[in-house]
Amino acid sequence: MAMLEIDNLHAKIDGDEGKEILKGLSLKVNPGEVHAIMGPNGSGKSTLSYILAGKEDYEVTDGSVTLDGEDLLEMEIDERAAKGVFLAFQYPIEVPGVATMTFLRAALNAQRKKRGEAEISTPDFLRLVKAKSGALGINPDMLKRGVNVGFSGGEKKRMEILQMAILEPKICILDETDSGLDIDALKVVSEGVNALRSPDRGMIVITHYQRLLNHIVPDFVHVMNKGRIVRSGGKELALELEANGYAEYQQDAA
Amino acid sequence: MNADIRPIRTPAEQALVSALGSLPETGGGRLADLRRASARAFVENGLPHRRVEEWKYTDLRNLMREAVPLASPATVARADAGARLLNGADLRRIVVANGAVVRELSDLDGLEEGLSIATLADALASGDAVLGQLGGIVPARYDAALALNTALASDGLVITVAPGAQIERPVHVAHVFAGDIAAASFARSLVIVGAGAHFTYAESFEGPEGLAYQANVATEFVVGDEAHLDVVRLQEEGAAAIHLATLLFDVGRKAQLHTFGFSSGAAVARTSLYATLSGADSHVAFNGAVLVKDRQHVDSTLFVDHTVPGCESRELFKHVLDDNSRAVFQGKIVVRQAAQKTDGRMMSRALLLGDDAEMDNKPELEIFADDVACGHGATCGAIDEDLLFYLRARGIPLKEAQSLLVQAFVGEAIELVENDVLREALVERAEGWLRARG
Repeated sequence: MAMLEIDNLHAKIDGDEGKEILKGLSLKVNPGEVHAIMGPNGSGKSTLSYILAGKEDYEVTDGSVTLDGEDLLEMEIDERAAKGVFLAFQYPIEVPGVATMTFLRAALNAQRKKRGEAEISTPDFLRLVKAKSGALGINPDMLKRGVNVGFSGGEKKRMEILQMAILEPKICILDETDSGLDIDALKVVSEGVNALRSPDRGMIVITHYQRLLNHIVPDFVHVMNKGRIVRSGGKELALELEANGYAEYQQDAA
Repeated sequence: MNADIRPIRTPAEQALVSALGSLPETGGGRLADLRRASARAFVENGLPHRRVEEWKYTDLRNLMREAVPLASPATVARADAGARLLNGADLRRIVVANGAVVRELSDLDGLEEGLSIATLADALASGDAVLGQLGGIVPARYDAALALNTALASDGLVITVAPGAQIERPVHVAHVFAGDIAAASFARSLVIVGAGAHFTYAESFEGPEGLAYQANVATEFVVGDEAHLDVVRLQEEGAAAIHLATLLFDVGRKAQLHTFGFSSGAAVARTSLYATLSGADSHVAFNGAVLVKDRQHVDSTLFVDHTVPGCESRELFKHVLDDNSRAVFQGKIVVRQAAQKTDGRMMSRALLLGDDAEMDNKPELEIFADDVACGHGATCGAIDEDLLFYLRARGIPLKEAQSLLVQAFVGEAIELVENDVLREALVERAEGWLRARG
């Protein structure tokens, strides 16, 4: 059994009688694998990432998602995080008044507590944050401020990767992590992600553009359209998409 | 034909009228006249109800129906056991139990140069000249809580800070209700801060949880020219209590006045704050945090009167309402014709945690000058779902995520408290309130 198994997932916006956004999506991610999901706007990529993280605005109407054989869809949002699900947000939100250090520590300790581990000591925590933030070029002053408050787009994305590095999840879902990044920031963020690649960890990298995949080289590339995966292949598929666009898939599915 | 108007009194009103009737009619002078006038005003008007605009959302006649006797003095031991708030902090502590100063528990020795503290009872007995200023700040309209306080209070504090004195250590007046019988206590204080002086005044309120006692406190503050006064209040009365507070300020030229009210106690609490800006170019800020739950009702009402040019006033109130609680914010800012170049900004924000909680916001601006910058705002809403999702997606459980966000919400107001010791104490009280939510 794969670490993450998404099987025939159907979902719609909660309370909306209208159309399904996910229409039978299936995907398996094994430890150590990096899967890229590409597709046009509105194909359901972000919806997939939100449903995996547990956002309550969606209703799963059919199908299943398991993490290490456990039913992910039955778990609370924070329980999923403690089990190792991490969503790097496309638009990380500003949390005024909650200092970044307070937030990081609350998150780490909450996860440790749920896993039956002891809380991290203050010196250990400070050492951990210093080491991980240094590698990402995050200035210590940023850590004293409110979470993401007044950060540039690139700083917010780096902060997401810092959280990922500190929380050490099993499965990372990166939702358009490249959006709003200039070339230099893209490099820093990609290096941060690559440093987290490990034989124990799976990743789903959602992106519009092949550009990111030059830096984070995937093992598999999937094309998503209208709520399902319509084609899967190796990393060369990304180059083909870059050359030809999504038009052929959109026609096929219409 | 004129029919006799016979007011129908509630049991509480009747008890208060009887208490007023039993006051000694002896004594002449201004203060005795003031007491008698206040008593008469109450006998005529009684408790305010919802048809009195200033009490529209806090129908005191209805909320305070039961008659309670006037409180008798507390024993030192009971007062000592009851007064726990802000203990241990580096503050000069004075304990007022059931409306009377408890000398045995009060730190009245070794006062800094320029600081003088007397009890109101002593000042009255000795005919202290400073009492000429008591009752000097008068609200524009009849205020029942203040009238009762003026008529019935017999003790409290008279604090004077000499011109230019810089008193670093805050004075903390710890009000406590100690007793087994629900009763009504009244305390009246006068704080005079001389020109150019710097002073921090803190007061706290507490009492037994299940007892329906009533605490009525009124304090007048005279803030001299270029003086700097910080006032911090911590209202954590017992859950069945009624707390009525009146704060009166007269603010001089180029003075700085900052108040902060933290209110999480009592079944019914009303704080009326009257400020008259009577010297040009002063800066005042009236801020607060209200945290309520169950069926609590907490009302913060401000009247700020700009009578002179060039003053700046700021109000920021944060309300957090759980369960079926109710909070009221009324802020009235008057800018008189002479008060050109006034800069006034008022904001009240509420976070509703309980589905049945109610927030009433009533900002009022009355502007008669034409060259002013005044604004007000009020918001009311639930915790932002996107913020909650973000915190929970990192593994923080719902209640803890809510607590972090609520703390951040009230923190924005609490951080305006200048004194470190008091600010940290308030942050700690807010955390305690959130922890008690579970």
